[in-house]
Amino acid sequence: MNAVAKHMKNRNILVPILATIIALVFGAIIMLIAGYNPVIAYQSLLNKVFGSAYDIGEVIRAIIPLLLSGFAVALANKAGLLNIGVDGQITIGAVASLLVGTLVDFPPIIHGFTALTVGVIAGGLWGVLIAYLKTRFTINEVISSIMLNYVALYLSHMLIRGIVPQEGSQRSALIQDSASISLNSLSELLNGARVHWGLFITPLIIFGFYYFFNKTRYGYETEVVGLNNHAAHYAGIKVNRIITRTMFISGAIGGLIGVFDTLGVYKYMAISTSTSGVGFDGVAIALLGGNTTIGTTLSGVLIGVLKYGSQGMQFGAGVPSEIIGMIISLIIFFVAAPGLVKKLLPNMEHTKKEVQ
Amino acid sequence: MEVLANVINGSIVFAVALALGALGGMLSERAGVINLGVEGFMISGAFFGAIGAHYAETLNLGGLSPWIGLMTAFIFTGLFSFLYVMATLKFKADHVISGVVINLLSANATFFLVKLLFDGAADTPRISNMFRRINIPLLSDIPFLGIAFFRSYPTTYLALAIIVIGSYILFKTPIGLRVRGTGENPGSVDTAGINVYKIKFWSVMLSGSLSALGGATIVLTSNGNFSFNTIAGQGYIAIAAVILGRWKPYGVMWGALLFGFAQAIKDQIQIFPSFDAIPTEVFYLLPYVITLIALILTGSKSKAPKALGTHYDSSVK
Repeated sequence: MNAVAKHMKNRNILVPILATIIALVFGAIIMLIAGYNPVIAYQSLLNKVFGSAYDIGEVIRAIIPLLLSGFAVALANKAGLLNIGVDGQITIGAVASLLVGTLVDFPPIIHGFTALTVGVIAGGLWGVLIAYLKTRFTINEVISSIMLNYVALYLSHMLIRGIVPQEGSQRSALIQDSASISLNSLSELLNGARVHWGLFITPLIIFGFYYFFNKTRYGYETEVVGLNNHAAHYAGIKVNRIITRTMFISGAIGGLIGVFDTLGVYKYMAISTSTSGVGFDGVAIALLGGNTTIGTTLSGVLIGVLKYGSQGMQFGAGVPSEIIGMIISLIIFFVAAPGLVKKLLPNMEHTKKEVQ
Repeated sequence: MEVLANVINGSIVFAVALALGALGGMLSERAGVINLGVEGFMISGAFFGAIGAHYAETLNLGGLSPWIGLMTAFIFTGLFSFLYVMATLKFKADHVISGVVINLLSANATFFLVKLLFDGAADTPRISNMFRRINIPLLSDIPFLGIAFFRSYPTTYLALAIIVIGSYILFKTPIGLRVRGTGENPGSVDTAGINVYKIKFWSVMLSGSLSALGGATIVLTSNGNFSFNTIAGQGYIAIAAVILGRWKPYGVMWGALLFGFAQAIKDQIQIFPSFDAIPTEVFYLLPYVITLIALILTGSKSKAPKALGTHYDSSVK
């Protein structure tokens, strides 16, 4: 996956911005052809996002997993790894925190903190499994990630049905109140929006990402491995150890997403037919943000706003919410193929040269 | 014995969709283009298969409808294959990311179209003219073997034909040599005066359409309509079958049969009370664990085309 890292390095900052604009225009054209009014559609999208205190709280709730997923993928990307296994790490983190949250009796806060820690470590270890398969057996992380996502999904079904079932429904029992990591008073202030500890932990992760890569030796080593692992090896860096470490942190961030959903948002875990897909959104967000702290943050917020607002489009303008999914995939498409954006905007080549 | 025969028959039904999807994935990877978009192509195939057959039915084409569905899937998935080929070939986008894009785009675009075409419905109308099982005369009456092998859908025989012919073309004809050469060492293929881009272009185009047949098969033999969970990850299993099958058509067939077997056995196993103690999820888990173990035992890179995932540039030698 070195190509991905390199490709992201040499990229013009204009490309993601233009890609977003062009994709939104494409979305408008599709809506026009399909007989919808794009102006009303985009208006109702914004209304949905900023319409009420509840919506603002809920949009933050929706953005948190996307941001974390983006950073989990970006971190792995920096080491030259493509972690599309975040979905599995989310599931494992969620089920681990669910078990601690339901089965153990601890006082409030301590219980939440314990369940959170266990979930994070479980997610990290699920990530290490991918690293182990890669370093020990040279199995490409993309393939093992896909397999492990399904293993995680069915493993979680087994654990829910076998240990903490909710009879007569397709979900687990509720976690104990003491394990909740919701911010109840803030939630009341926001008319019941499901806000949780993630409100404070997520900014810490983002800052941690910045600090790790800009101020520490560990971050530097990780980037060297990502740029050229042979050179890193000859420079005396223990490549396998760094791959394992990176996948642990990346998986731990993934696990955190599952923890927040289980302990902070839903208070139970559903037996769903597929994993959430947030991990794949993370691939998009990291790509769009070019693996940088600011870029990944901005694109996480953008994708979160688009996704949450898409429900409003369905309501306000009758546009199927899938149009937003199409727009998001077009954004990634344009960013992944920057040549295409340049083709669509022939003048860009000149402006780029002048800037340089 | 009858149960075992049913398991084998069921395995084949599930395996056909996977095998077609996997053959598509195999073809583009043979030409050096990583294909993580199999899932998207299968979704597209299922969608176009469903609406092709549906509209053929409204035109009173009766028993011809599923065939028209199959053709619609084959032809119109070309839209997505073209997008994929443009991204990976012309604009040199990363293959894996392009594949993820194809999966996202095709899922969202098809669900959007379903809602648009059928007034907000979540799935396409059920088709009444699906493929019917063909009982091969005489052979289907053989005890055990008859149930297991000779009472299948036409698509099963179609898939088998594609595997046999595909293997012959890939390994015994000049065209096949060129495709394999492009995946192994595009530079030498170019030196021999063959247009590498053209080989890659048509391999990927055909790849998408082949995978689409797999998606269409699911709709036209078992499900009868298209909804958001028609494919639900089968494309990724198909990719696993490609790897297990070492990028060879017959190997891919065995890989698909293994996964088909794992799916079929969980439908049949419930007949035996003694298996109640085992959670059903174990059987869902099995194919993925088997793939991982197979990869551990054989190593994933050993048989993959050598130039897989690279961008060929004829000006760089």
